[in-house]
Amino acid sequence: MTIIILLIGISLTIAVVFLLIFYWSLKSGQFDDSYTPSVRMLFDGKPAKGESNAQKKLGK
Amino acid sequence: MTSTEVITGLKCYHCGQPCEGTLWSNDKVFCCYGCQTVFEILNENDLCEYYSLDQNPGAQQNKVNEESFAWLDDKDIRKKVVEFDSPGFARVRFYVPAIHCISCIWLLENLQKLNKGVLRSEVNFAQKTVGIDFDPASTSLGSIAIALSRIGYPPQVNLDSQDHGKKQNKDKSLVLRLAVAAFCFGNVMLFSFPEYLGLDHADRHLMRIFSFLNLALAVPVFFYSGADYFRSSLKSFKQRQINIDVPIAAGLLALFLRSSYDIISGTGPGYLDSFTGLVFFLLIGRWFQSKTYESLAFDRDFTSYFPLAVSRLTKDGWKPVIIYELRRGDQIMVRNMEIVPADSTLLDDEAYIDYSFVTGESKPVKATRATIVYAGGRLVGAPVTLVVEKKISQSHLTTLWNHDAFKKVTESKYQKTIDKAARTFTWVVIYIAAATALYWQLYRPSEMWLVLTSVLMVACPCALALAAPFTYGSMLRVFGRNQLYLKNADVVERMASIDTVVFDKTGTITHGSHPEVAFHGALDTDALRAVKLLTSASSHPLSSIVSQSIKVHSAGKILHFKEVPGKGIEGTINGHLIRAGSAGFVGARPNTDTENAYVYVAIDDLVKGYFSIRIAVRKNIKGMLQRLGRKCVALLSGDNDADRNKMRALFDPSTALLFNQGLHDKLAYVKDLQAEGKNVLMVGDGLNDAGALKQSTVGIAVTDDTGVFTPACDGILAGERLGQLDRYLALARTSSSILKTGFGISFFYNAVALSFAVTGHLTPLVAAILMPISSISVVGFSAMAVNFIAKKKLQNNNQNIRKSRLRSPS
Repeated sequence: MTIIILLIGISLTIAVVFLLIFYWSLKSGQFDDSYTPSVRMLFDGKPAKGESNAQKKLGK
Repeated sequence: MTSTEVITGLKCYHCGQPCEGTLWSNDKVFCCYGCQTVFEILNENDLCEYYSLDQNPGAQQNKVNEESFAWLDDKDIRKKVVEFDSPGFARVRFYVPAIHCISCIWLLENLQKLNKGVLRSEVNFAQKTVGIDFDPASTSLGSIAIALSRIGYPPQVNLDSQDHGKKQNKDKSLVLRLAVAAFCFGNVMLFSFPEYLGLDHADRHLMRIFSFLNLALAVPVFFYSGADYFRSSLKSFKQRQINIDVPIAAGLLALFLRSSYDIISGTGPGYLDSFTGLVFFLLIGRWFQSKTYESLAFDRDFTSYFPLAVSRLTKDGWKPVIIYELRRGDQIMVRNMEIVPADSTLLDDEAYIDYSFVTGESKPVKATRATIVYAGGRLVGAPVTLVVEKKISQSHLTTLWNHDAFKKVTESKYQKTIDKAARTFTWVVIYIAAATALYWQLYRPSEMWLVLTSVLMVACPCALALAAPFTYGSMLRVFGRNQLYLKNADVVERMASIDTVVFDKTGTITHGSHPEVAFHGALDTDALRAVKLLTSASSHPLSSIVSQSIKVHSAGKILHFKEVPGKGIEGTINGHLIRAGSAGFVGARPNTDTENAYVYVAIDDLVKGYFSIRIAVRKNIKGMLQRLGRKCVALLSGDNDADRNKMRALFDPSTALLFNQGLHDKLAYVKDLQAEGKNVLMVGDGLNDAGALKQSTVGIAVTDDTGVFTPACDGILAGERLGQLDRYLALARTSSSILKTGFGISFFYNAVALSFAVTGHLTPLVAAILMPISSISVVGFSAMAVNFIAKKKLQNNNQNIRKSRLRSPS
């Protein structure tokens, strides 16, 4: 039965680590703006010259 | 390429306004030079992807004044504005109200292509701010601000634009407490499973370990997540008032102590699953209730729209100075569209001052030499110099904020329903607990303490405490969907008690800034174009209203332009002499009507007709006022009584119509009504309503654009929805019956649980089942009831609004 105690110890530790990660992400402002990043990830760096395919797709 | 005919269906490539094809650049059509300039700047810098992300993303441009942001580079002012400053790196956060679409984000985040000193820029869409990292060695704050306004995103820098962030920290700590409670609750449930399944005889040793782990997990919930309830109940004891937190704290304390005792003494597994679950549900309630609208501000005062700085005359010429440092006798210069920061006397011959922020009246007022110009007026026209008469803090407008109404905490004056219920509830619990304790003391003294703690535990009004947040929180969301944005959930409760409504006139009942302009007579397109050209050359307020109302493009030259002050303007365009102005000036028969303003037009000495400029009453107002009936007690207007007859026809005969009401008069009127025991709803819009909005039980500000200034208030209502105000009030009133039904449900569960407790049959399993069920059923009931009733009550109106939107092309 000692194996259960060991497993519980490990699972609790992992859970606490996740809680701490959540704490860190909250403090570092990751939840401050929930809209802009969702748009920002769709902007791609434009090729140096000419119209890219991506731009044509996005355009009207 | 030019065209003389209006080409229908052409839209400005930048802003999407209909235009005719006179301005072309790179095969794209523009409505004005402003839009064309923005396009050319973007084109030059390879930023035209802006136009491919969203349709016609731009806003129509006004001319950018290059000097208007130079004051940002003054050392003292700069220190106030930047968040972080060092020789090689600085960070600033600008509030940019023009942010409205995906293209805006993209363009503003590519700012480094327009201004080489910018290192990085990041938009926060919800707050409409852009954070800019820049190198102070290669660029300046002023030039960044100018670059922003050139592409159509002028930043707004005000006295109070630096105080973001405080509110957010508070929200964060609630989320964190909720996270800790959720974490502990989940794990405690896991470790309690063996207990639920009745495996306790299989391995006694393991069970003990689980129990102690539970206890360890409950400690942070008790001391961190639930700490607020203990603090709040202590406070209420000190104030000798019982609020809802008192029975909650008693229940939590009983649960925790009893469980600790059970576990440490080895007599049982404890009720820690119920305990952590309880705290978790309670915090969810708080979190649900605390919904806020990030982009709206409810606590603005005059500082939100006063400029940060103004040009003052010093020995070395005009220097920007922070307006708090203005002293009596200082000479200041105010430019077109800037706000006069302090009560001052005019040094120039004449100026037009737009007091619409202060009074809601959109017609600018003419001031002549040596007259007083009050703080809050916006200058329209050429720059003027003024002498400061009073410091900022003593100006006519700002003294309002020294009034008592702004000092006291408004929330405390209203007795919350939930606290009333809590008081009765607490006494009932105390009686039942005492009676049970007495009974067990007499018959089986050994179990007295166990039964007593059980009673306190199940009496904890968790479901009761959740009913209010979920009823009011759902209401808040329903109102938000219907464009009435309330400050917090408490406002819903106060709205339910409203029995008296007071309106402001200008900007509230009538459209404030968008007068209805109509032309009476005959003018062809060429003539219209010429009139637009002529009127756009003058900065007289009526000229600009007329010029803006003509929706054709015009370009060309005016010869012999002449402006006769107080009379009108004239000029020769394409060989025709065009005059616009008063009836006498153009030689027309004057109109006898004094309610509206008129601009007459003559071409080659032939009177062609006139423009009538009328402040229009909002749609659907009449029906709303009829439904309100006698509840609508008064109309308080800052204007003179020229509109009295028009308003009389609109309002119920019992409504008092009061004109020439100043800031302080309105506040006093509301206060008098409250002294009669009335719960007053004030509906206003301008700063002159600020006092009344604050004093009233609920103050709602009406606005056509939530991005613009609204005074401190409890709620912000979109202008087109004002016609539904009575329905919103009716909906808020139903919240109290929903809440009472929720109370009923929770009392029922409490009674069931108490019957287990007083007879000594409350096992941890019973508690673990009863508590979540009661909470969830109350939460589910309140949320569903609110949404169902709101759907029924507001459905017809939404359809009407949609129809009227379809009808009007704008």
